Amino acid sequence: MMEKRYVSMWFCHLLADWQVIRRPELKDIPFVFVVPDHGRRIVTAVSPQAQMRGIETGMRAADAKAICPGLEVIDEKPGRTLKLLKALGEWCIRYSPIVAVDEFSSEGLNMEVSGCPHLWGGEREYLKDIKSHLKAKGYTVRLAIADTLGAAWAISRFGKVTPLISSGAHVEALLPLPPEALRLEKATVVKLQKLGFNHVKSFIGMPRSVLRRRFGESFLLRIAQALGAQTESINSITLPVDFQERLPCLEPIKTRKGIEIAITRLLESLCFRLEKEGKGLRTGVLTGYRVDGKVIRIDIGTNAPTHSVSHLFKLFELKIDQIRPDLGIELFILAAVKVDNLIVPQEALWDGTPGLNGKSVIQLLDRVAGKVGAHVIHRYLPDTRYWPERSVKEAAFTAEKALSQWRTDRPRPTELLRKPEPIEVMALIPDHPPKFFVYKAVRHQVVKADGPERIEREWWLDTGEHRDYYQVEDQHGQRYWLFRSGHYSDEQSHQWYIHGFFA
Amino acid sequence: MTVIDRIQYETNGRTMDAKKELIGKLQKDILLWQGYKPQESGVTEQIGLGKIETVFPNGVFPTRGIHEFITATPEHSAASDGFISALLAVLMKDGAGCVWISTSRKLFPASLRTFNVDPERIIFMDVHKEQDVLWIMEEALKCDGLSAVIAEINTLNLTESRRLQLAVEKNGVTGFILRKDERKAVSNMATARWKITPLPSYTEDELPGIGFPRWNVELLKVRNGNPGCWKLEWAGDRFFAVDDEIKKNVSYYEEQRQIG
Repeated sequence: MMEKRYVSMWFCHLLADWQVIRRPELKDIPFVFVVPDHGRRIVTAVSPQAQMRGIETGMRAADAKAICPGLEVIDEKPGRTLKLLKALGEWCIRYSPIVAVDEFSSEGLNMEVSGCPHLWGGEREYLKDIKSHLKAKGYTVRLAIADTLGAAWAISRFGKVTPLISSGAHVEALLPLPPEALRLEKATVVKLQKLGFNHVKSFIGMPRSVLRRRFGESFLLRIAQALGAQTESINSITLPVDFQERLPCLEPIKTRKGIEIAITRLLESLCFRLEKEGKGLRTGVLTGYRVDGKVIRIDIGTNAPTHSVSHLFKLFELKIDQIRPDLGIELFILAAVKVDNLIVPQEALWDGTPGLNGKSVIQLLDRVAGKVGAHVIHRYLPDTRYWPERSVKEAAFTAEKALSQWRTDRPRPTELLRKPEPIEVMALIPDHPPKFFVYKAVRHQVVKADGPERIEREWWLDTGEHRDYYQVEDQHGQRYWLFRSGHYSDEQSHQWYIHGFFA
Repeated sequence: MTVIDRIQYETNGRTMDAKKELIGKLQKDILLWQGYKPQESGVTEQIGLGKIETVFPNGVFPTRGIHEFITATPEHSAASDGFISALLAVLMKDGAGCVWISTSRKLFPASLRTFNVDPERIIFMDVHKEQDVLWIMEEALKCDGLSAVIAEINTLNLTESRRLQLAVEKNGVTGFILRKDERKAVSNMATARWKITPLPSYTEDELPGIGFPRWNVELLKVRNGNPGCWKLEWAGDRFFAVDDEIKKNVSYYEEQRQIG
């Protein structure tokens, strides 16, 4: 198994840094964040300037102000730290796919970076890159890399020599650190200090049974985690996707050609894996991390699982215009968010009968759905209903088969108006087709006619009159579908409508 | 050396037969350059239009081409829909699908069974913009799983039609265009331009009711063929030429139009 490596980051002044980024005028002014607590206001975060003047977290705001008269006091919004850390964590995904908010102190991030640093040219460069990028954003960070998360955490907070703990050296690096470095509860730390255990080395060699009796099981667990005897799970802020490919770029990519090459490369490796595992992509998301910290995203969907590079590329190609590279994109991540099993049929020497489920048709539908939208694609199946507007229903998917036959026993117009349009008619005899009708200011003499065909309204769905349909032909041979709404009677006027055109 | 020069040069001192042969060869070449694939010997596919097919190059309905239908009124559009559907029945015989693109579709899928077309094998694409219609049509014409693509548009210019024609020649998906713009002067690359208008139906012995649909089929323009005018009836399962005499009457017309 590959050796695991962890990075722990500690944002020493997370809230203060964030505030300075938003309000640069605060850079040289001491300020603190406070939360109300039982009528008092307690300091929860301190800016570097305030810290230099001796203000600490846990103080009362009034006391802090007494120590430092020019102190700016800012109300802290609950949950802001976590939100900030999550956002920073998402940004850090460019360094490793597994990033988690530190659950012990909630002012840092932890990453599992096994196999990542070599992409930046080694662990030293890796750490330097993270640190300088965060520094450029305005965040002061202390970080360390080690074999265990516990050790990385300890070194990042308390380490004095080097943040880079080479493989296997973490036990030695832990020895001179104070006991707090092991992520212990406050009571345990106090107890240890009372007993004179001021360094890890002073108690690490003691028999386990003794330590357990004195300090409890959780203390032993923390030691084991730091030493690597006990594995520690890490709750990544993003769920790792099974099929995901990353492409860090040495130079930020700004051109369309560059983006195209990046997509092709990612697709090639992704499709290779998909094919090997018998899967096909249904939904794909391409994420680009820009130099200025913005994250851009485009997604594609397919109508049937596929792992064809050329086809998927065409789908992405339609959306490349939506990518605004600005100063450049430094990392691309392509994830197959949704995959389906894809049984690859044996290749036929002669193509079988073409059909709607053929590969090329599905690819066409994908492209149309990608460019114009899936809502424009319709396919219809017969429905066993008489009401003309409801006699066809939309097929849900391309392979859906008709459950009933298309009826041909009754005449149906080739073109059907979406909504019947009222016409003026001259009908001499009741229950007979009209003599003539006027539609759009044109008078049509009815020469031949068929009907009536009475179609009842679906009364369990809507109310209204039934329709008596007539197929009529005018003096020029043009054929129409007309209907009279409701019964013929003297009392009420009955309205005629045109509903379609026959071929 | 121009083609004419070559003919003259090569026919010098030869018999008329050789000349004819050469011209025949050149005609075939020209047709080939224009995208007409020669039919494999023995296999002549019939689309069921009977006599009309003879006016096309090689006497075969060009499936590798863009057929344009002028449909100014809804009545004409309905007649064209019927005529195209009847052709679709033959084109889709091998089980292939078909795409129908429109910005304002009125076609009623349930009526297509009358023309022996399975409506569920047609994929309708109802878009908002005319540009999208053309884009989808071009993409669909490149898709070899389809047998035909039908698009309803307002107008079609030379460049657009050229693109469509190139796509058609590549894959052999037949393209139908229902053009609402009536102007005949619009120049484009369509293989054939049709106008289908309804005619009074005929019932035997003056029985009441309406008979089979009848149309006046006008072929306004054919690339490398002869335009004409016919009367057809869709007799439930096949076309039926109503009047053979009509063609003689319009022969004068034909000559006038034989420019395209």
